[in-house]
Amino acid sequence: MSYWVKKGLKTGVVSTHYPKQEENTSGITPGLPQITDDINSDNLISVCPTKAIHKTDEKLLLESSLCIHCYRCSRDTKEPLSWSEGFEWASFEKNSTPFSSTFGHSLHICVVDSGDCGACLNETKLLNSPLYNMHRLGFFITPSPRKADVLLVVGAVTQQMKGALLKAYEAMPTPKKVMAVGTCALSGGVFEGGFIAENGVSSILPVDITVPGCPPPPLAILHGLLSLAGRKNIKRGTK
Amino acid sequence: MTKARLMELLLSKWKFKTKPYIDAHSKSMIVQCDKEQVPLVCDWLFNQEEYHFAGLIAQEKELWELCYLFVGPKEIGYIKIITTSALQDPNFKSVSTLVHAADWHEREVEDLFGINFEGHPRLGDFILHDDIWQEGVKPMSSTFDKKAALNNLEPKLNWQPRRILDLKGAFIMPIGPVFSGEAESLNIQLETIGEEIIRAFPRLFFKYRGVEKIAIGKKVKDVILLAERNAGTSAFSHALAYSLAIESSSDIKVPKRAQMLRIFFAEMERIRSHISTIEAICNSTGLVVAASQVAILEEEMLRLSGELSVHRYFFGLCVIGGLSKDCDEKSCQKAIEKIKNIILRLDEIKDLLINTSSFLDRLEEVGVISKSEAKTHDLVGPMARGSNHCNDLRKFHPYLGYDKLDFEPSCEIEGDGYARLRVLFDEVETSVKIMEQVIPKMPKGEIFAKVNIKASTALAGVETPRGAAWHWIEIDENERVKRYRMLTPSFTNWHGFHLAIENFAFQDLPIIMATLGQSVAENDR
Repeated sequence: MSYWVKKGLKTGVVSTHYPKQEENTSGITPGLPQITDDINSDNLISVCPTKAIHKTDEKLLLESSLCIHCYRCSRDTKEPLSWSEGFEWASFEKNSTPFSSTFGHSLHICVVDSGDCGACLNETKLLNSPLYNMHRLGFFITPSPRKADVLLVVGAVTQQMKGALLKAYEAMPTPKKVMAVGTCALSGGVFEGGFIAENGVSSILPVDITVPGCPPPPLAILHGLLSLAGRKNIKRGTK
Repeated sequence: MTKARLMELLLSKWKFKTKPYIDAHSKSMIVQCDKEQVPLVCDWLFNQEEYHFAGLIAQEKELWELCYLFVGPKEIGYIKIITTSALQDPNFKSVSTLVHAADWHEREVEDLFGINFEGHPRLGDFILHDDIWQEGVKPMSSTFDKKAALNNLEPKLNWQPRRILDLKGAFIMPIGPVFSGEAESLNIQLETIGEEIIRAFPRLFFKYRGVEKIAIGKKVKDVILLAERNAGTSAFSHALAYSLAIESSSDIKVPKRAQMLRIFFAEMERIRSHISTIEAICNSTGLVVAASQVAILEEEMLRLSGELSVHRYFFGLCVIGGLSKDCDEKSCQKAIEKIKNIILRLDEIKDLLINTSSFLDRLEEVGVISKSEAKTHDLVGPMARGSNHCNDLRKFHPYLGYDKLDFEPSCEIEGDGYARLRVLFDEVETSVKIMEQVIPKMPKGEIFAKVNIKASTALAGVETPRGAAWHWIEIDENERVKRYRMLTPSFTNWHGFHLAIENFAFQDLPIIMATLGQSVAENDR
């Protein structure tokens, strides 16, 4: 069995240095469309299938919690939008705060799949892989909500998962926070009109932090966790 | 066998009111039967002539119409066994007593449409769970009122799982829907008297989002988003099946370059999906180093996908008429070099794995599915090919340009976890070989054809990473979807899940589940 030890040692440390250093390897994020002031095309609104691109007060805006990365605004129009490379997308909901510094050193996370397509779940799983290795930052996935500080919910909340999701939340000790990950968990995404909760997780549980993306890449989820632990200063939502 | 010969045989055996004919547009054979004839014709096709059962499509028109879809070899194509009944008489004869593969399909139709199947041994509490919904909710029927149904939820608090075992000390061990780690939501009822699992019932559809219901009335162009995002880990293959169906029914000529690139990306997705399953197998046996090593490779595959298509899971890449993004020869070549390197490292891990006795002990002769069981359930994908039930659509019913490529589908005979693992390793290598052959065949030019969608019925099958999937779409004159049916490999394979679990011990359950590698989201829709 010693060859496994050897194999492991030979690989060395491959983890990203994020958040200490910036990470910009190609292929780590699907990106988000970027709307600049000089773009003002109604065509973009009609091409967006989930109305993520919309107009308020004559100004074109992007609601990132609705974007499903269909790339139609960059591939199907005459004036294509450029896409940003970043992944620091997490934002707090109104009135919610990160954990106090006493609890922020190490967080235990209970993952609940409430109707996910598998992609968000896979990205969450990869947080444990050597290239991201969230253990080094003190984040652990627990099998039981009893030991969890954070409830990480992925997927559009289906009628038949509502009960299980609520039970998992109620089983958690306080202080507890809810993190909604992925477009489906935030707004229902493409499944709008199906047998799902209308506004995603927030219609059932008090959500503290949201991570948009379809699916959000592992680093976006990591950014959300770091923010929740109070180790990253991020923008506050206005909702 | 030719179509004419099959027709002769059918006519010699039964007297049909309408003679079977070949639909000029879709080239599939249509056999219109009486209610009584359906089970017999299906039985003959499935058990005697060994056609594959693809699925059951129910439709509410002026009549109830059921279509049992069978797939023959390339020269025969699709055979549709169609039967009808008046709207006020939703009763049909069950086919599943003779064709076991139709079992879950009939349960689904009963649950969603309210059609009764006489002789079916077990109906109800399938997609809509009895402990949540009230009786008589039929979401796919035209009379369904979503608001009323949601306002009148009637949780049956005394709901009990079905018990078969009548033994002293027998009990049911429930698992899920929420359980350890990053598992997909499903519930498994395990009947046992202690150590050995005697009966296993998966209770699925916790994630039922109603994809087929949402699709009704949507634009054809937008439903591809649903096809893609229903199962994110095999998104490209499903988007491909959807596009192929519409392209064939609307006579859209996809440029050769796009076809070749589609093969390229589909195989890339297969490699990534198989690596992910291998990672899950290593993880389930507690080999943390092996699992981590494979996880590195999976992440590298995802990053490579991200580099080529911007999206790590190929969302938005496949569109009706071609692809939304081109990929030049140079980057393709570079990608292949990278994938070859990834597979080289995967091979190193494979060599270590097959020398680790603790690993092999947990896979060999565990979770065995025999060939005859795989056949009666008509399993698909690597799960079936581990049991020597070979039905790779790329060979058996080629699409795109697979018939012009040189490759051999993998097949193993033991039917245990180790056989399935070997199929996965083998298919990864086959996929790279296919990708290499594709690049020189790629002409320069367009990757997108002009799309003009016609009112028609579209059907296409694609070998997704988990097996054969069929997408069936009926389109109206306004380019909107009238009825969408997704026949997914996970739905087929979860039906055979209990075959692998029963008669093995509790500690084998996570390992067997990992070797089967099925997606819950793909099944639940």
